[in-house]
Amino acid sequence: MSKASRKTAKSGAKPNGSERAPALSVSGLSFSYGAERALDDVSFEVMPGRFTGLLGPNGAGKTTLFALITRLLIQDRGRIEIASRDLARAGSAALAPLGIVFQQPTLDLDLTVGQNLAYFASLHGLSGTARDHAIARELERMDMGARSGERVRVLNGGHRRRVEIARALLHDPSVLILDEPTVGLDVPSRAAIVAHVHALARDRGLAVLWATHLIDEIEAGDDIVLLHRGRVVEQGTAGQVVKRTGAKDLGDAFDGLTREISP
Amino acid sequence: MSVTAPAYLSALRGVVWREALRFLQQRERFLAAMVRPLVWLFLFAAGFRAALGLSIIPPYQTYITYDIYIAPGLVAMIQLFNGMQSSLSMVYDREMGSMRVLLTAPLPRWFLLLARLSGGVFVSILQAYAFLAIAYLFGVDLPLWGMVTVFPALVLSGLMLGALGMLLSSTVKQLENFAGVMNFVIFPMFFASSALFPLWKIKESSLALYQVCSWNPFTHAVELIRFALYGELNGQAFVIVAAAFLTFLLAAVWAYDPSKGLQPRGGRG
Repeated sequence: MSKASRKTAKSGAKPNGSERAPALSVSGLSFSYGAERALDDVSFEVMPGRFTGLLGPNGAGKTTLFALITRLLIQDRGRIEIASRDLARAGSAALAPLGIVFQQPTLDLDLTVGQNLAYFASLHGLSGTARDHAIARELERMDMGARSGERVRVLNGGHRRRVEIARALLHDPSVLILDEPTVGLDVPSRAAIVAHVHALARDRGLAVLWATHLIDEIEAGDDIVLLHRGRVVEQGTAGQVVKRTGAKDLGDAFDGLTREISP
Repeated sequence: MSVTAPAYLSALRGVVWREALRFLQQRERFLAAMVRPLVWLFLFAAGFRAALGLSIIPPYQTYITYDIYIAPGLVAMIQLFNGMQSSLSMVYDREMGSMRVLLTAPLPRWFLLLARLSGGVFVSILQAYAFLAIAYLFGVDLPLWGMVTVFPALVLSGLMLGALGMLLSSTVKQLENFAGVMNFVIFPMFFASSALFPLWKIKESSLALYQVCSWNPFTHAVELIRFALYGELNGQAFVIVAAAFLTFLLAAVWAYDPSKGLQPRGGRG
C-alpha cells in the first residue's frame, strides 16, 4: 500500500486519482490563534490533474489553511508537502511549484497588467524572452492578451481575477491553489473562471485546490474536502460524498454536514 | 525551479524595478519629496544664515554659510522621509495584499525583505541626487566630486533608515495607525540630530538634549553624509549607522517571520 493510499484509507476517503504521488499533501495540520483553535488535525491530498474543492462555510478555516500552505503562517502541528517536499524543512523554496490566487486582490493598481506580471515573473526567476513569452502565453489563455498595456485600475473585477490567474500560472506550477477566487464577481465571470480552472486541471494536469462556499462551483466528478469549524468532516469525490451522506445533492450534503455538528 | 544565483538576481532586479516604476508614476510623491527639503534650504536656511554663526568644524576647512551646513542634513531628511514612506507603502501593500505576492515567492524571507529595502534605497538615492543637483544649481557651494564620494554613504544611511521603516511597518497592523508612528519617529529623529545645528551648539544649550542627539542614529547618518560629501569617512558614524542598520534589519526579519504570524486579513474563511 502506498503512502498516499494509506493516508486515504486512514481518513476514510478515496480520492479519484491514480497511484501517482499527491501534488499537495496535508497531514495532521493544526493551528491556533492564541487560545482559539482554527484548524484541528486536518489531512487531505490533492492529486495531479484533479480539481479539489475545499468546501466550508465562512469561518471554517479555509483562509487559515491557505496561509499555512503559502507559509504566511507556520502550523503548530502537522505536515505540508508540496510536490513531495516538506514545507517546514525546505522553507520558502518549497513554494516554487505553487501557483497562488489569494481571496483578496493582490495586483498593483497603478501598474499595467504586463508590469504586474513581469514583477511576479522576476520573483520566480523568469527574465528576458522566457518571461515575455510566458506573459503573452498566459494572458492569451485568459483572453486578456490585448489588455497587457492597460493599468489594472481600469479593469473590472472579473478581468482582474483573470489577470491574477494568468499570473499564478506564469512559472508553470504543478499545483494551483485559489482562495474563494470568485467572490464579488458577476455570474458570467464566475462561470467562465470556474470552467477555465476545471479545464486547467483536466488539460494541463494541474493539481487544483479551490476554496469556496459556493456549491455550484463543484462538478460531480471533482474531489472535495469539506471543512467545518477547523476540522475535515468529509472528503472524497462529490458523487461519493452525496452517496455516503444519503443526500439528494451536494448542496444538501453540505447543509447536513455543516448543520448537524453545529450547536 | 531551483533557487539559484540568477533567481536571486532576477528577484532583486524585479523588486527594485517595481519600486522605481511606482515612484516615477507618482509624480506628486516626487514633487513632495523635493519641495520639503528645498523649502528648508531656501527659506529656513536663508533666514538663519545671518542669525547663526558656525565655527570651523570638521569636515569643513573654512567658515561656511548655513545653507552649506544643512544640505547634508536635508539629504538625510529625504532618506528619512523616504524610509518612512517606503514602510507606509509596505503597510499599504500588506493591506492591499500585494505584500503576500512578495512573501510567497520561493526565496528566503530575509532576502525578499532586503530586496524590498533595496528598492526603497534606490528611490531615496534618486531623490537625494535630484536635491543635490538643484541645491548646486542654485548656488549652494558643494564640492562636485562630493557627488561621487557621497554615494556609499547614501546607500548605507538609506539602508539604515529603510530598515527602521520596515521594522515599524511590521508593528503597524493598519494603515490608519501609521500617521502616529510617523509623528513619533520622523520629527523627533530629525530635530534631535545634527541636521539643523552642530552638536556643540546643542551642547551649549542643553546637555541632556546633546546626549539624546548623540545617541540618535540619524545624527550619525547626517554626519556620515556630511563627511562623505567632502571625500572623508567619519569612522564613528559609519560604525554606528552600520550597526543600527543590522539591528533594524534583523529585528524586521524577525518581526516578519511567518511563525510570528503575518495574519491574513479578511477573516479566517
